[in-house]
Amino acid sequence: MKFLPLIWMNVWRRKIRTAFTLLCVFIAFLLFGIVMTIKGAFTLGVEIAGLDRLVLINKVTLILPLPISYRARIQQTPGVEVATHQTWFNGAYQETTNVLTTIAVEPEPFLAIYPEFVVSKEHADAWLADRQGALVGKDLAARYNWKIGDRIPLISPIWAPKSPWEFNIVGFYDGGSSVDKTQFFFRYDYLNENRSEGARDLVGWYVVKIADPSKAVDLGQTFDAMFANSGSETKTTTEKGFIEGFAKQIGDIGAITTAIASTVLFMFGMVAASTMVQSVRERTNELAVLKTLGFTDATILTLVLSESLFITVVAGGLGLAAAWLIVLRGDPTGGLLPIFVLPPADIVLGVVLMVLMGVVTGLSPAMGAMRLKITDALRRN
Amino acid sequence: MVWLRQTIAVMLVSLKTIPARLGSSAVAIIGIAGVVVVFVSVLSISAGFQNAMGGGVEPPRAIILRAGSDTEMTSGLSGDDARLIKEAPGIRHEGGNPLASAELYAIVEIPKKSAPDSGANVPLRGIEPVAMSVRENFSIIEGRMLQFGTNEVIVGKAANSQYVGLNVGETLVSGQNRWKIVGIFEADGGVAETEVWCDVHLMQGAYMRVNSFSVMVVRLDSMDSFQPLTASLTKNPQLNVDVRREHEYYRSRSEAMTRLINTLGFGIAFLMGIGAVFGAVLTMYTAVATRTREIATLRALGFNTASVLVSVLAESLVLGAIGGIIGATAAYFGFNGYQTSTMNFQTFSQVAFAFRVTPGLLATGLIYALAMGLIGGLLPAIRAARLPISSALREL
Repeated sequence: MKFLPLIWMNVWRRKIRTAFTLLCVFIAFLLFGIVMTIKGAFTLGVEIAGLDRLVLINKVTLILPLPISYRARIQQTPGVEVATHQTWFNGAYQETTNVLTTIAVEPEPFLAIYPEFVVSKEHADAWLADRQGALVGKDLAARYNWKIGDRIPLISPIWAPKSPWEFNIVGFYDGGSSVDKTQFFFRYDYLNENRSEGARDLVGWYVVKIADPSKAVDLGQTFDAMFANSGSETKTTTEKGFIEGFAKQIGDIGAITTAIASTVLFMFGMVAASTMVQSVRERTNELAVLKTLGFTDATILTLVLSESLFITVVAGGLGLAAAWLIVLRGDPTGGLLPIFVLPPADIVLGVVLMVLMGVVTGLSPAMGAMRLKITDALRRN
Repeated sequence: MVWLRQTIAVMLVSLKTIPARLGSSAVAIIGIAGVVVVFVSVLSISAGFQNAMGGGVEPPRAIILRAGSDTEMTSGLSGDDARLIKEAPGIRHEGGNPLASAELYAIVEIPKKSAPDSGANVPLRGIEPVAMSVRENFSIIEGRMLQFGTNEVIVGKAANSQYVGLNVGETLVSGQNRWKIVGIFEADGGVAETEVWCDVHLMQGAYMRVNSFSVMVVRLDSMDSFQPLTASLTKNPQLNVDVRREHEYYRSRSEAMTRLINTLGFGIAFLMGIGAVFGAVLTMYTAVATRTREIATLRALGFNTASVLVSVLAESLVLGAIGGIIGATAAYFGFNGYQTSTMNFQTFSQVAFAFRVTPGLLATGLIYALAMGLIGGLLPAIRAARLPISSALREL
């Protein structure tokens, strides 16, 4: 600690050089934070999806329906706590191109299965009391300035209604940072009653809460066997696997973002390394004098490493902090990336990378400084 | 004139001595090259996607969907609708029959070769025999055409290369349906190449859509027949449809994805660019610092300050150009033509496309690189021009 003034002085030896190096590393970690946020936006839904929830879809494709009669049989299977269904509504608000995430559910089981959706008892009761009631995510309501009691008309191209679809906003739901708060849930009984006869009693998919997550695979096989060779065969996965499937369909986002982040860190790491090399090279005399005075090799090594660590950790820390602040302002694409947050795991990764970068960029010059032979160094002009 | 000769002389000296400063120059070059690579490669994704969705020559075709449906998937037309639409004006006829194909569009879950344990929404299109005549850019490249009335299917070139098990002779098992693959087709690199085509009547049975279609694809008499066709169909009280040019429809289905990728790409490249400029500044400061005595000598000899300034700027521009060329070349050879596929969330189905490094992108990348070099060299250049000669000559 007594060497801090020495370290500080050496870091700011050439003010402009250090300033720009700090700026480069700052940008590097700012970008790191943003790129990790983008990666999270595509894959984070996977983190929160329950391992104790299974999803059953039509084996042919998700867009084909399943009969509602399956529900009872699923519920009666041992190991099942709650079996409920959901149906994609494809509701558009104000314009046919503005399709929201609208899903028809059974209200009571839905609330029981998803503890991550935080709903006040008041709102939950209101929803159970109003058939045309809708439970709306906080972010979605904020986007359109919806209030409790608003009557919202939606258009759906896939369900021909007897009377136009209208919903009463009776409640909002909130959730953690990795919960999608732009969804619109309403009641299945309203959907079933208002749509045409031909589509009666059909549901989109089943969500099943099971008592023991370790039995997920077995139960999945049980369900699929139960409905094999029927009109609508099923395919069961864990909810996590189901959501992961969508991310995988889009592409290997992880690989692309990792590649970009690596390129960025490498590029700016080079800048930091170059700065450290120059800084040590022009100090050979001074380092020789320090050694003459009695500074040990280890101390010299530590001094130089501290300088490079100072640069990467301070600038990197500020960069990550700036990224975090920018991400706080929310999704910049206006709805395409509903989960927009810098995952804590990546913040930790960033800190580790900062330290690593400091060590890697400082190591070679530090070792060179450590190995300096006093007489050679003093002789060098 | 003298000014110009001085400037060129100093410039040549500084450029010729770049190799002596390769180490520090590398910092700027790699920084700028890195930015260009990321910029060009990310934007080549959206360029390729857009090209697959709506590139090339506009075909003389229109598609008819149910009114208010934005995609083929959510649209539904009845058999009666189809019959009425076939009688509309503006549709080309061949051998007395209208070139109008009633088709059913859905998806079938098939794993991607790059993620074999997870299903992807591959488009399945049910067609009538006339569909072949409606589309003039279509040809079978392996195997043969499917036999209507059977469960035979043909798959697009891109579908065959991107998804598991879509080879001639194999059977696609989907629930209780078994589709036998008998041929592979190509269609000018468009979206159709990501699709699997089957007989519409068999598909209607498999997907519980009796006598129902998703879309009518028609060949127009001429590009201008679009107007009378639209007028006639929208005025018909028995029909409730939207008529769109096929090209415009596919273009519009690529907007969200393209906008997302471009926003992210430009944003990241912009931030990286700022960093690269800082890197270039560092390099040029080092360059100026190592040549302080040289510059001071030149100025003492009478070379004007402008020539010094221009020479530093020229050096950083050259570094920018080198970085830009390296980056552009790496991006082109590394990514151009790379085949991949993704799910277009606007249509909820897969689109196979190839990364497309266009000349426009390369040019933009190079210009960006030159700009970064220029901006990076500005401050150091001014500093070099303002060096007080006496103190500079004194410096070791």
